[in-house]
Amino acid sequence: MKKFPLLRSLALSLALLTTFPSFAAVKKEFRICWTIYAGWMPWGAISNEKIIDKWASRYGIKINIVQLNDYIESINQYTAGQFDGCTMTNMDALTIPAAGGVDSTALITGSYSDGNDGIVLKGTGKTLADLKGMDVYLPELSVSHYLLVRGLEKAGLQEKDVRVVNTSDADIVSAFGTDSVRAAVAWNPQLSAIKSTPQTSEVFSSSQVPGELIDMMVVNTQTLADNPALGKALTGAWFEMMGKMQAGDEAALSAMASDAGTDLAGYRAQLNTTHLFWTPADTLKFVSSSDLPKIMQRVAQFSFDKGLLGQGAQSADAIGISFPGNVTQGDTSNIKLRFDDSYLKMAAAGER
Amino acid sequence: MRHINRHPRQGMQIVLMLLPFVLIAAAWFMGSAVRLEANPHDKLLPGLGQMLDAVQRMAFTPDKRSGDYLLWTDTAYSLIRLLTGLGISALLGLAIGIMAGVVPLLRASLSPLMTVISMIPPLAILPMLFIVFGLDELSKVMLIVIGITPMLARDLEQRAREIPAELFIKAQTLGANSWTLVLRVVLPQLLSRLITSLRLLLGSAWLFLISAEAISATAGLGYRIFLVRRYMAMDVILPYVIWITLLAWLMDLALRQLHKACFPWAEGGRA
Repeated sequence: MKKFPLLRSLALSLALLTTFPSFAAVKKEFRICWTIYAGWMPWGAISNEKIIDKWASRYGIKINIVQLNDYIESINQYTAGQFDGCTMTNMDALTIPAAGGVDSTALITGSYSDGNDGIVLKGTGKTLADLKGMDVYLPELSVSHYLLVRGLEKAGLQEKDVRVVNTSDADIVSAFGTDSVRAAVAWNPQLSAIKSTPQTSEVFSSSQVPGELIDMMVVNTQTLADNPALGKALTGAWFEMMGKMQAGDEAALSAMASDAGTDLAGYRAQLNTTHLFWTPADTLKFVSSSDLPKIMQRVAQFSFDKGLLGQGAQSADAIGISFPGNVTQGDTSNIKLRFDDSYLKMAAAGER
Repeated sequence: MRHINRHPRQGMQIVLMLLPFVLIAAAWFMGSAVRLEANPHDKLLPGLGQMLDAVQRMAFTPDKRSGDYLLWTDTAYSLIRLLTGLGISALLGLAIGIMAGVVPLLRASLSPLMTVISMIPPLAILPMLFIVFGLDELSKVMLIVIGITPMLARDLEQRAREIPAELFIKAQTLGANSWTLVLRVVLPQLLSRLITSLRLLLGSAWLFLISAEAISATAGLGYRIFLVRRYMAMDVILPYVIWITLLAWLMDLALRQLHKACFPWAEGGRA
């Protein structure tokens, strides 16, 4: 029996040794992961309807789109080098792969939360100011936490005026069902379940900070530089699906709705609070605007205040972020997160 | 010579004991060195230096915001929850075990109930536990209690029924009523078993504690691990895991010593 832990540890270490990030290489096969969220459901449809295969074969490559169940775990897997790309928010892209030294590119800034995240209090007619002195239940260090801090700022309060209780996003709905929980921050679909509780008021939502919680497709910068075909295929497939959705393709939307565990009406309601960019031109306008660096500055400051940029970080500028048009922010010698517009430009110009 | 008859000598015993640990550590640090060379900011396999930094930060530097020493605060919270849970479970389990083991009328209804309850995975009924016990300290302690009491009760009931019938007959012949029987015959035997059972259930108790803290908390060892998992701070998680293992091992050792001191007669020929 003594032998087994030994064998297992050796096997495990071998597995870890072989998974270290690979370097500059032209590859033919890629792995992309995504998780369930209103703004990412198109990736499932792109995979199911073989749209990705069509675009990938055009460039002679193969792209496997894999759905994972745990959001944070999917980002960790991407950061560890198991996937070439993954869906994540702007904040998590900065604090997990970028802070972990994995140079990452936001290839498609697909949408931003326009009401998909919200702060809900029990009782009717409540306002943000009522948060003072309350216990607030939310997944700590997540976009919900960021939204709370932004809300408190707007109400002239500080984070120390409330007590944050870390609650996993999977349990937030049942937590809100208990009497002791009076305030919670959540995202959809949990948010809509919480808001449907009688006698509650939503005192703040992401629609009041438009463009700050961005949901994107992030790809390893090195892999993208070595394999431009990956960027072209992903961008092309994404906007083909956007075109279908904008045209109201019921079959595609119903498939996404059932994958998201709701019906067509329910999914349409979620899309109403998700600001999707339908065309490459719209996306291009968003990533090129001068607001984006300001938003990222704010997100970086929040992340630094919470210690999310790592202990070596001396300031919110420790990790450099680049934007289209040679705009950079933070440490230019340590650029780890890049907002890219080259593939969007190609898509906008109709190039293939 | 047959393999089963070959015993390691003392020096060999120590080498064989340390060997797996050394190999695991070596594999770890090799993997870590390779990954750190490829990417100095890698967080998946931190090196020793990064982990020592994390320990220094968590255990010996006051937190910027609260001024607490996080590791010790977390430990205090977790230990209080764990010990409260274990204490309540021990009392409940002992009481139910004795009742079901000694009084046939009570056994008829208690024994099947405990069997069924012990089969319910407590984590599967979490949303119900939230609604009944809230989200505060009570629910965390109750998860431990619900998780391990049925097992304790079943084990103790079984042990009570294994006490030789001759002992009961003799005590009754000497004039003992039911209450004296419980007090003088059953309780001393079961107390010894209670400590052994608790030792075996320590692992489960920690499991339930960490799960409860992961779901909703403001401090605790499990809370911290699941919080920093959000940005993959393995340099914090690993020392915490080692610390939890050490605490659990120390508790096991303490219970073993307690057993030795209080019930030398139950140690077999080894005492």
